[in-house]
Amino acid sequence: MLLQRLLSHDRGGQILLVLLLAVMVLVPVLNLAVPADSPFHLSTTTVTLLGKYLCYALLALALDLIWGYCGILSLGHAAFFGLGGYAMGMYLMRQIGDRGVYGNAELPDFMVFLNWQELPWYWLGFDQFWFAALMVVLVPGLLAGIFGYLAFRSRVTGVYLSIITQALTVALMLAFELNSMGFGGTNGLTDFKEILGAPITADSTRVALCVASALMLALAYLLCRAIVTSRYGRIVLALRDAESRTRFCGYKVEHFKLWLFVFSAVLAAIAGALYVPQVGIINPGEFKPLNSIELVVWVAVGGRATLYGAVAGAFSVNYAKTWLTSVYPEAWLFALGALFVLVTLFLPKGLVGVVATLRQARADGSLQRNWQRLASRFGVPTKGEQP
Amino acid sequence: MKLLDSAREGLRRDRVFDFMLPPPNFSEDLDTRHGPILYVEDVSVSFDGFRALNNLTLYINDGELRCIIGPNGAGKTTMMDVITGRTRPDSGSVWFGQNIDLLRLSEHQIAQGGIGRKFQKPTVFEHLSVFENLELAMASDKRVWPNLWFRLTGEQRDRIDEILQLVRLTDHARRRAGALSHGQKQWLEIGMLLMQNPRVLLVDEPVAGMTFEETERTAELLTSLAGRHSVIVVEHDMAFVRSIARTVTVLHQGSVLAEGSMDAVQNDPRVIEVYLGE
Ligand SMILES: Nc1ncnc2c1ncn2[C@@H]1O[C@H](COP(=O)(O)OP(=O)(O)O)[C@@H](O)[C@H]1O
Ligand SMILES: [Mg+2]
Repeated sequence: MLLQRLLSHDRGGQILLVLLLAVMVLVPVLNLAVPADSPFHLSTTTVTLLGKYLCYALLALALDLIWGYCGILSLGHAAFFGLGGYAMGMYLMRQIGDRGVYGNAELPDFMVFLNWQELPWYWLGFDQFWFAALMVVLVPGLLAGIFGYLAFRSRVTGVYLSIITQALTVALMLAFELNSMGFGGTNGLTDFKEILGAPITADSTRVALCVASALMLALAYLLCRAIVTSRYGRIVLALRDAESRTRFCGYKVEHFKLWLFVFSAVLAAIAGALYVPQVGIINPGEFKPLNSIELVVWVAVGGRATLYGAVAGAFSVNYAKTWLTSVYPEAWLFALGALFVLVTLFLPKGLVGVVATLRQARADGSLQRNWQRLASRFGVPTKGEQP
Repeated sequence: MKLLDSAREGLRRDRVFDFMLPPPNFSEDLDTRHGPILYVEDVSVSFDGFRALNNLTLYINDGELRCIIGPNGAGKTTMMDVITGRTRPDSGSVWFGQNIDLLRLSEHQIAQGGIGRKFQKPTVFEHLSVFENLELAMASDKRVWPNLWFRLTGEQRDRIDEILQLVRLTDHARRRAGALSHGQKQWLEIGMLLMQNPRVLLVDEPVAGMTFEETERTAELLTSLAGRHSVIVVEHDMAFVRSIARTVTVLHQGSVLAEGSMDAVQNDPRVIEVYLGE
């Protein structure tokens, strides 16, 4: 009933949810039940890659919510992703126990190496999964809340807002690189062994993490959809297009922006938390400004303000990246830049816009007409051609 | 010296920081027993030393339709900015009825309190439908949480239909507001004001860019609103002003130059000088 209301008029969303459901069913079957020598077997490497993409898609969804719908171009969303990742990483670190190189059950290896005698206070509690999970949501949410409160209250908008979000992620990167911060410095947190008692590299764990990522993406999609189809969502859209008009309709615009920003940051953080156990490491590199910019490209390529477009963008750009970096590793940055320029110039609505235009053209017959015109120019006979 | 003055101004004991103020209580009835609903007294605003408003004093009566004219740059839009909380004046006071100090409120509070405003350049939510534009403007709980769960009641739907009819956009209710003609956007914006159930409507240049017929219908609409609402219209189009005005105020260089009936004002030698000197 609720599902029906959320997904009516949302063809892209329906397709996305069906695909995610398929992932949740097929990945366990194809990886665990189908024997390894069968052509239908899904390798664990592929499962992990898929899981990683699903986390990126969740991150893209978070950005689309505030950029596409509210016009806030955050160039620092990787900061929330990274913080969520670190919170999860701290939990995984504590699960290593005495299996580290130094065999110290009380302290992570890097602290022993730094000659620290006891665990810093902010590491307390992270040996409990529930506590870490709470921190995954709470810390980035709180940071986004304070940051957004200050920025929106002073009515910082547009490019200036983008620049200070970028500054935020750079500041975090520099802070986390310090050994004295107690987050493992530039090496970050790694060498994880277990998550919730399950060995982290086991096939079944990988599958479970991939399924959890798909489930989370589906849930987040529905939540975002509920938000953008509510009156709150219409107000957000309204303030994107005409902020003062919205104020003069009696809305306290700052609050509307703030809650959306916090929600988006929390989604990004959850994406980060699911990402870290799958890739097995979190380091300050995740806060790199470039990561946030890549994220913007995903959403731009997929198409803004549709939600499913962001997911499509995250998958397609990352697939291209995986492929390109294995063939021409140096070319990726240039390709990324070119992609952004091309999309901005020629596809302002992204891939989703292309699909919509094609469907529209097919519906009103102009596609066929154009095709026939093209075909007749090159002397190719077509089926529909008049004799 | 100037620094000292501004420091003193910032530390005035009768004005705490805006965000620490208690929310206004509009539920107690607006006190208009003395006649005026809006008191603008001795208001001055300067932008980088340029005085856009210069000791402006103006009273608007409850239910009145008032036209404000004046050459470009006279400060008409700035006056609306001050009343609606967008611009804080350097000095002076602005009261809504006798009991509400508008200078202590922010834009959204003033809007909720019953002062609606149409911008000089028509501003509607282009990506939303005409119906949704009216729905968003509607007087209702404007906080975040209730709007997540908001459902239109039948009564509210009727109210929207009523306004659609009034601004003649019933046939366009499902269209994207961005696709409307310029004149229709102006009307939609007026409709949005009415959805707020305002006591005072500030209407900045409503007939700019309208056809003759649209202008006439706008005049009809605005005059029909007076009485139930106080309406303040800023306009350049003299024929239009003549067709609706009872009292006209002429602004010049940020203060009132003349006030009275259209005929009296038009024959005032100072007004003639200002307009001919332009
Ligand atoms: N935000 C602003 N910054 C600087 N100058 C302004 C600003 N707003 C208005 N002005 C100036 O104040 C004067 C009055 O403007 P305005 O109130 O828009 O006049 P009107 O609406 O009567 O044409 C103009 O000279 C304008 O240039
Ligand atoms: Mg003006």
